Amino acid sequence: MEKKDIIQSFKDSLFTGLIALALFGPIVGLRTASKGEGLFITPQWGIVFLLVGLCILGRFLINLNSARKTEITFFSKFTSKFSAITEDKAKHFAITAILFSAVFPFLPFTDRYFMDVAIMILTYIMLGWGLNIVVGLAGLLDLGYVAFYAVGAYSYALIATTFGWSFWICLPLAGVFAAFFGILLGFPVLRLRGDYLAIVTLGFGEIIRIILINWYEVTNGPDGITGIPRPSFFGLPFKRSPDEGETSFHLFFNLEYSTMHRIIFLYYLILVLALITNYFTLKIRKLPVGRAWEALREDEIACKSLGVNPTNTKLTAFAIGAMFGGFAGSFFATRQAFISPESFTFIESAIIVAIVVLGGMGSQTGVVLASIFLIGITEMFRDLEQYRMIAFGGAMVLIMVFKPKGILANRKPTILMHGDKK
Amino acid sequence: MLKISNVETFYGKIQALRGVDLDVNDGEIVSLIGSNGAGKSTLLMTISGVNKAKRGNIVFNGENIENKQPHKIVDMGICQVPEGRRIFSRLTVEENLRLGAHANEKGKYFENDIKEVYDLFPVLSDRKTQRGGTLSGGEQQMLAIGRALMSKPKVLLLDEPSLGIAPKLVNQIFVSIKNINKEKNVTIFLVEQNAKKALELADRAYVLVNGKVTIKGSGQELLKNKDIQAAYLEGGAKN
Repeated sequence: MEKKDIIQSFKDSLFTGLIALALFGPIVGLRTASKGEGLFITPQWGIVFLLVGLCILGRFLINLNSARKTEITFFSKFTSKFSAITEDKAKHFAITAILFSAVFPFLPFTDRYFMDVAIMILTYIMLGWGLNIVVGLAGLLDLGYVAFYAVGAYSYALIATTFGWSFWICLPLAGVFAAFFGILLGFPVLRLRGDYLAIVTLGFGEIIRIILINWYEVTNGPDGITGIPRPSFFGLPFKRSPDEGETSFHLFFNLEYSTMHRIIFLYYLILVLALITNYFTLKIRKLPVGRAWEALREDEIACKSLGVNPTNTKLTAFAIGAMFGGFAGSFFATRQAFISPESFTFIESAIIVAIVVLGGMGSQTGVVLASIFLIGITEMFRDLEQYRMIAFGGAMVLIMVFKPKGILANRKPTILMHGDKK
Repeated sequence: MLKISNVETFYGKIQALRGVDLDVNDGEIVSLIGSNGAGKSTLLMTISGVNKAKRGNIVFNGENIENKQPHKIVDMGICQVPEGRRIFSRLTVEENLRLGAHANEKGKYFENDIKEVYDLFPVLSDRKTQRGGTLSGGEQQMLAIGRALMSKPKVLLLDEPSLGIAPKLVNQIFVSIKNINKEKNVTIFLVEQNAKKALELADRAYVLVNGKVTIKGSGQELLKNKDIQAAYLEGGAKN
């Protein structure tokens, strides 16, 4: 590397430092503290200089890295190795991951906390896979996906609390309701694409949430719905002392009562639901309708000229994506036993979209990696309380810098030739 | 077979076609030439139903199609190879071809159809698993034509197949178009800026100026026409 380049990148990083100073100066540097009567400003210049220094150093290192134009630094070495593993051996990865998740609840280090995080990650994986149908395959940017999650959760909660039907009857019904809302959203946005579509779907997500808050008679407004029935193990409830005439899970299998039974059951439930979503997506990609989704993402005019009906294609994508969102919603409702509009804010949609985009649009494995990365990192830093969202942001920035097209950007063909199997 | 009468198409308030009359008979190759903005692509899009005609009729095999949806029109046997090829660049060659057969993918002749396309354009067979976007311009054009053929059209609408392609490949593509017409018995309606090639190939031809057909005749007649030589062909006397 030449001297000129170093000076150039040094100048550039100083400029970054200037921007960092402008940002961190007022935000971090001026702290308001209440002393006696009123607020007083206490400056914290030490932290500001530390942050600015870090920004300058970071920018300088990135500059040095890109100036060399060869992949010899630690990070690029790491990321390229990483992608080589996952792309070439995607199948091995998938099998290992499924096996691992199958035995996960029985590993020695697995405790209640790990199980909760795992269930959360799996929920996001399922949501990511569901949204992947709409965003990754059909190329329709949906920023209101949480609406279908909410519809599924509320349908499940309302049906289950009103009629007392079992989880296995309510689950498909919730999926059907969500799919219906998917079509409802699909119709007005048929002619929209890209940014405009994103804005309308964003609005749709908010409309659903506001309806949930205000339709007090049905949804119980901001108070939410309580007492949603827990799932039972094919009719065997997870209760310490079952009602008369009932046998509970631990009595039937002659086990000592433990709350972990229910958690483990929930874990397997969401694992199976997520795998069904994945299996369905992988299969449908090879069918005409799935192929039409991908073609629509590539070029709508070409689709029309080839006899693909864009209306049906878009509506099926919305409906099926929404259906899986609805399934995930019912799971959420039965796990929490309580739902309120609080759980279905825009940030949820944003996280799901982030998982799909950062995973590499359309990549199923990418969604898994992005969910583990984003949700896992945020959870790891839970002790930092409000700063954990910084970890979330940091994780996103890291992916964007080193994998700008997503963790797994390569689209896997649906047709493989003989001898082409990996 | 395909009869277009007095078709007018608008983009908002702007009129692109001002009463086009034109017909294509069974088994013919008909060329439509004209300069940029004459309305050639608009006419094809109107036939395909992507743009709707405000006035006029389009009759295909005795049935009015001007109000039908694009996918219905493809089902009836009119398929278009759109301008600029518009192949699905992230999908493989084979997947592109399968999408062409979208209307009848369940059909039992599918494997046979795909083989016919590979026989017509052997280079596509070598590139089966390659992503469409990685093909050269000429190969992409072959893919676009092959993809349209997968829908088993009775009429193939071609929009500027020579656009942005090396001259040597242009020749090859025009030979293929002729083969498709003669051997597969597909009627061809060709829109071209490359007037010389289009007229040489055509049984009959039309000239479109400002949304209206101004000259029509056999391909050979039009090649000799002084006005056409001046306006569209190289080496013509310039006014």
